[in-house]
Amino acid sequence: MSESSVYGLMAEFDSPQELLEAAHKTHGAGYKKLDAFSPFPIEGLADAIGFHKNMVPFVVLVGGIIGGLSGYLLQYYVAVITYPLNVGGRPYHSWPSFIIVTFEMTILFAGLSAVFGMLALNGLPQPYHPVFNVSEFAKASENKFFLVVFSTDPKYDASRTREFLKGLAPRAISEVPS
Amino acid sequence: MATQTQIPVEDQRAPVIEPGHTFSTIGEKVSNIVLKRPISLGWVFGFLVMFSLMNMLLFALGYLFLKGTGIWGITIPIGWGFAIINFVWWIGIGHAGTLISAILCLLRQSWRNSINRFAEAMTLFAVACAGVFPLVHTGRPWLAYWMFPYPNTMNYWPQFRSPLIWDVFAVSTYFTISLVFWFVGLIPDLASLRDRAESPFTRGIYGILAMGWRGSARHWHRYETAYLLLAGLATPLVLSVHTVVSFDFAISIIPGWHTTIFPPYFVAGAIYSGFAMVLCLAIPIRAIYGLEDFITPRHLENSGKVMLATGLIVAYGYGIEAFMGWYSGNKFDSFLLWNRLHGPYAFWYWSLLATNIFIPQLLWMKKFRTSTFWLWVISLIVLAGMWLERFIIIVVSLHRDFLNSSWGMYYPTKWDWMTYIGTIGMFLTAMWLFVRILPMVSIAELRTLLPEAHVEEAEEVER
Repeated sequence: MSESSVYGLMAEFDSPQELLEAAHKTHGAGYKKLDAFSPFPIEGLADAIGFHKNMVPFVVLVGGIIGGLSGYLLQYYVAVITYPLNVGGRPYHSWPSFIIVTFEMTILFAGLSAVFGMLALNGLPQPYHPVFNVSEFAKASENKFFLVVFSTDPKYDASRTREFLKGLAPRAISEVPS
Repeated sequence: MATQTQIPVEDQRAPVIEPGHTFSTIGEKVSNIVLKRPISLGWVFGFLVMFSLMNMLLFALGYLFLKGTGIWGITIPIGWGFAIINFVWWIGIGHAGTLISAILCLLRQSWRNSINRFAEAMTLFAVACAGVFPLVHTGRPWLAYWMFPYPNTMNYWPQFRSPLIWDVFAVSTYFTISLVFWFVGLIPDLASLRDRAESPFTRGIYGILAMGWRGSARHWHRYETAYLLLAGLATPLVLSVHTVVSFDFAISIIPGWHTTIFPPYFVAGAIYSGFAMVLCLAIPIRAIYGLEDFITPRHLENSGKVMLATGLIVAYGYGIEAFMGWYSGNKFDSFLLWNRLHGPYAFWYWSLLATNIFIPQLLWMKKFRTSTFWLWVISLIVLAGMWLERFIIIVVSLHRDFLNSSWGMYYPTKWDWMTYIGTIGMFLTAMWLFVRILPMVSIAELRTLLPEAHVEEAEEVER
């Protein structure tokens, strides 16, 4: 199999602790393009594989601001500009009555940005992914923990990387066809 | 009291998850309900009953669309009747789910992890039932989209100073956010089901729904941030929804409605009835599906305590209403108090006090909080009580207002009852399907509660 048709090397572990330690060691050994897979979130694992740039909070902030502004401006436009109704001489720009819709729109836009932003940043929905080619990977949603070194990593070398991963004492190592 | 002091509280608490479980037994136990368990006769029978009730709803609504709201018992002065009573009742029930998922998540209450999925599903179905009522109460539901602001050829816009429009925004936002919150929580579990499913068909369905979730550390990291932010956003939202519902009343000038205590008292009542519904459904479901290991006596007892606390806030609300009726010196307010205690609906007011205030005080006693039978009975009583509360607020306030000439009485018709009972059928039909189609306990979140899931950062993190 030529190297371009290989997605990476996958090592299988039995516990979250083993995976976390292996991830630290692999990243420490100079491998930068790697990923870890687990059935539930593990504290510190994203850090261990060198993932620090989380854009979700920013997306939510922008979504919330857009929602709040559009909610308020919509009401201003309706009540003051396009459809002013004089009810007992009260001001058109009666902002206290606009608070609730502004609040709800802020929450709505921020919440939807959180969900769709998270999915988009994660690249989901994704109909095909090479890791699923390894049959043991079905256990990644069950009780097994996986570490993958991508073949695109500059330090990747089919045999040397395999030797390195063996040193981490995994349960099994398999090649992931792309 | 004596028994409580001699028992150390810490030792007596039941675990959040029974010992002896591993990552795979949790997945197995929860997903087998969906994937392996054969459909029992009891399930089919229950489903048929609930489905017929739902069809009764469709029949009642079909006739309503044909004839108009005149088939209901609403008249002037009682123009709101069952439609709004049931709307407020259902939307209140729909508060527990997001409260459990969001507020208890922020407060790091680990016991929430086994009941949140199920409570969120309950929330969605309850809000859907609630949504039926204002929609059909408009009389011409096919024009309900007029409530939304959009440029139209009539050159007309909604009135944003009206609490009824606030309600449209609050309830639709609440439904949308609850739906996505629930779905986000489901994604990892759908992936679990996809990987466990044996037939290609179920594998395909869960695979599409899981959207290719593979448990990558990057994904989990963004996922947890998004989930936490959603919880943070949903927390003020859940408190705002019933506040806005209470504005429908409090912004008006009707005696008994025009009061500043309404928002907090409505929110407390909503959580009260929501937890009652959670208990009412969780107790039979955990017994039928053998989930006692995950929904332990600890969950039931804690829910009982939340009910007791929110019930006391509701009691305080009643107390203040009565006090203000006397203390304000306003003759309409004091008449309202007199009318509640002695008027034609006095029996229902006293029933309300019994079901909502007096009987739930039994929950002070540990014996009642830890007995599934009694908790179930009390939660049913509270559900009835909270329905009566909305009946008293709406009907008693409206039926005798400022002018004696406009007094009247309210008599619900069979169509009112069919619509109300029909929505209960719709709610339970949805619950019936939910327990067999989706994992009703969050597998991924339960796994994080196991001691094996905890990791220690031994090595220094190099950046």
